[in-house]
Amino acid sequence: MADTILQTTTSELPFADAVPGAILEQAKTGLVIAADKLRELATYLREQQGYDYLSMVTSVDWPQYLEVVYYLYRVGTLSPDHPVTLSPDPLVLRVRLPDKANPELPSLYSVWPGADLQEREVYDMMGIRFTDHPNLRRILLWDGFEGWPLRKDYKESYHEEDAKPFKSRHPDGKHLWAEDRVPWKDNTTYPVGWDPDLWTSPQVQYRKIMQVDDGNGHGGEFKTDRVLVNMGPQHPSTHGVFRMVVAVDGENVVGLEPEIGYLHRCHEKIGERNTYIMNIPFTDRLDYIASMSNNFGYVLAVEKLTGIQAPERAEYIRVIMAELTRIVSHFIAVGFLFNDLGAYFTPALYGLRERELMLDLFEAAAGSRMMCNYLRFGGVFADLPAGWVERAKDLVWNRLPRVMENFENLMAGNEIFETRCRGVGVLTAQEAIAYSMAGPMLRASGVPYDLRKARPYSIYDRFEFDVCTRPEGDVWARFRVRMDEVYQSIRILKQALDGIPAGPVMPPGKKQYQVRVPAGEAYGAVEGPKGELGFYVVSDGKPNPYRYHVRAPTFINLTSLEKMCIGHKIADSVVILGAIDIVLGEVDR
Amino acid sequence: MFGSGVLKGLGVTLKEFVSTYVDDIKKIPSRYAGGRHELDQSSASAQTGLFTVQYPEERRKLAERFRYVPVLIYDAGTGEDRCTACGICAKVCPPQCIWIVRAKDERGKPMTKPAEFHIDTSICMNCGLCAEFCPFDAIKMDHDFEIAAYQRMPSLLFDLEKLRVPTTYYARIRPTDWADEEAAREAEKAEKAAKAAAKAAPAARPVASAAIGDTAAPPATAALAPRAALTPEEIERRKAAAAAKRAAKAEPSDTESR
Repeated sequence: MADTILQTTTSELPFADAVPGAILEQAKTGLVIAADKLRELATYLREQQGYDYLSMVTSVDWPQYLEVVYYLYRVGTLSPDHPVTLSPDPLVLRVRLPDKANPELPSLYSVWPGADLQEREVYDMMGIRFTDHPNLRRILLWDGFEGWPLRKDYKESYHEEDAKPFKSRHPDGKHLWAEDRVPWKDNTTYPVGWDPDLWTSPQVQYRKIMQVDDGNGHGGEFKTDRVLVNMGPQHPSTHGVFRMVVAVDGENVVGLEPEIGYLHRCHEKIGERNTYIMNIPFTDRLDYIASMSNNFGYVLAVEKLTGIQAPERAEYIRVIMAELTRIVSHFIAVGFLFNDLGAYFTPALYGLRERELMLDLFEAAAGSRMMCNYLRFGGVFADLPAGWVERAKDLVWNRLPRVMENFENLMAGNEIFETRCRGVGVLTAQEAIAYSMAGPMLRASGVPYDLRKARPYSIYDRFEFDVCTRPEGDVWARFRVRMDEVYQSIRILKQALDGIPAGPVMPPGKKQYQVRVPAGEAYGAVEGPKGELGFYVVSDGKPNPYRYHVRAPTFINLTSLEKMCIGHKIADSVVILGAIDIVLGEVDR
Repeated sequence: MFGSGVLKGLGVTLKEFVSTYVDDIKKIPSRYAGGRHELDQSSASAQTGLFTVQYPEERRKLAERFRYVPVLIYDAGTGEDRCTACGICAKVCPPQCIWIVRAKDERGKPMTKPAEFHIDTSICMNCGLCAEFCPFDAIKMDHDFEIAAYQRMPSLLFDLEKLRVPTTYYARIRPTDWADEEAAREAEKAEKAAKAAAKAAPAARPVASAAIGDTAAPPATAALAPRAALTPEEIERRKAAAAAKRAAKAEPSDTESR
């Protein structure tokens, strides 16, 4: 072992000349970095090598060490003139921290601000401290929470067994109700020396949003006070249980912090208890508006590990479902953006009405409208029922173009809408990339980055479609990009529905409920309606994933919320949030 | 002109408003005449006007694959459960809401039927994996979604009695699936009969036995029979036979052709 390290020290390791000693090892799954050189290397990679997009930060609890994993891409090299530039494979950085009691490494917030929320999540779930992070505190869990849930030694309340299927279900069926399992007995861990009588609730230290300098010069001759406003968690404009802590000076936002986690159920821990196939219906519950896309990302990740190839017809079905889902999601996003602006429910319900027709199609094929659970490893659950393709064609050819025309008339030209949205919540292309924005948010800032083109998965390379971008980077551009993407989805749907071949929808052989997944790790990502939806799956060869992480696009898109809102009126923060199109099932996981 | 966009938008809503009424008037017979009924909304381009279904008086026609909590199928003729308590549904269930106690006979030997079968429908996520992987077509997803109750226990804890439905019910809610499965079952039966005939034939005509034994019927004929017919004792017996066979294989012999 020592010999191999000596042999590969200087010349063979990449970037060794620029940042000597930073890379310890070139593993098959990425570069192993020395923690103390991480920031230096990261700066070099961003400045000199063009890795400007930090797509994902996550962590794995290995028996010997904790590992933080970074996925980097080059995105800025894409320009509107060359939208189809292929982005090469990700650069994966791994930092290993053997000291599990006190794991610490430098924060990359100063290099990529998009690391902000993601590092907080890693801290929250794994207990890894990022030094110099401006606001390192729990994000999904509450501040008084004890323990690091995604560590392997953590047992949650009502813990029954480490992995499903639980032995109590068959053949003796000794099931105990959760209510009967007393939580203060042996299945809850309390901190050492914890005394309920002495306990006081923790003082939450928000980033110093009240002391932020008002560089915008609002207020003028009027004497204004700074007020801290809690918007949410029960607020109609937050699209769910989401809270914005907003510091306002008069009506102007001077500081903002998103508070999330109200819907947190530790999806990732559940995923590590589940067997591989059990996770598919759970992914439906992430972004519950786009369940087919969620299935898609997850099965792609597992298929990468197992090497199963879906048959031709199944690939077509997947693309059709994913594009229908994108249309559904964009209709809702656009409709509810109008809701936030005060056009109460007319556009939203028009969108929901068209959604009904697509949900009918999902129901006919998968059996459920929202929680479709349709995709399987190597194919789909069942072939399309008789007459389905005709129904879909009827919808795509005869109805959706008409609907879009209506929507354009109803919404696009509306002057009130334009004045409220133009120039609001602007992100430049550089900022959008730095904040790891994804999906329509990124493309509305003029970055033509679409996974379907940049790294085509499934059979997307066969279809003709454009990547929609707008240069403005404001709320209006986000609306426009979504509308334009619906046209592109219709285009893809037309090609796919015409070209769908006959044949099987699963690889030959008996359907297996126990999927044999070889040890290894894979990252499967799709261009979901809201951005890059990635599933990071680590297998150790057992029936349950060793690590299961979701790169939730809306969660990461929230990173830039403060940046977009500062300087605008508080009423505009509602619109800016609406334009991100968050779904709390996915944000909180 | 400033405001023309707003007016254009209002034109869309006005058109929608009027067309809903026009659509209602034009419909013959009227939607509200002669009591409420089941609506079929499956045609996208034909859908105009109001989508709203006046539930519970009106109901939408459900897709055949619509799935709600599982049911257990029993044979309408014999009253026998298809379930063999193999436990695959309990193993594959994501929220682990199924638990099964296997029946035992007087001597305490496990039998291929459930003594208890529980589904906690309050945590069932209606994913349909149990029905998908049941090898005996014994557990299927229901169409009845109106199971709201006042208490979780015992109303939403379904036991064997509550879960059982006859094959006729299943054939009614899922005619396509039922037809497919019946066809498959018939085919399998025919195949089995053919195999049995082929097996019986050599006994009747000893002269032809060698030829048939070599080509048509490999020695594993019995093992190909569906596992539905197997009792635990039978499985044990076969396991022992297979072990004996493996042992015999270690030393070369010519018994294999039998």
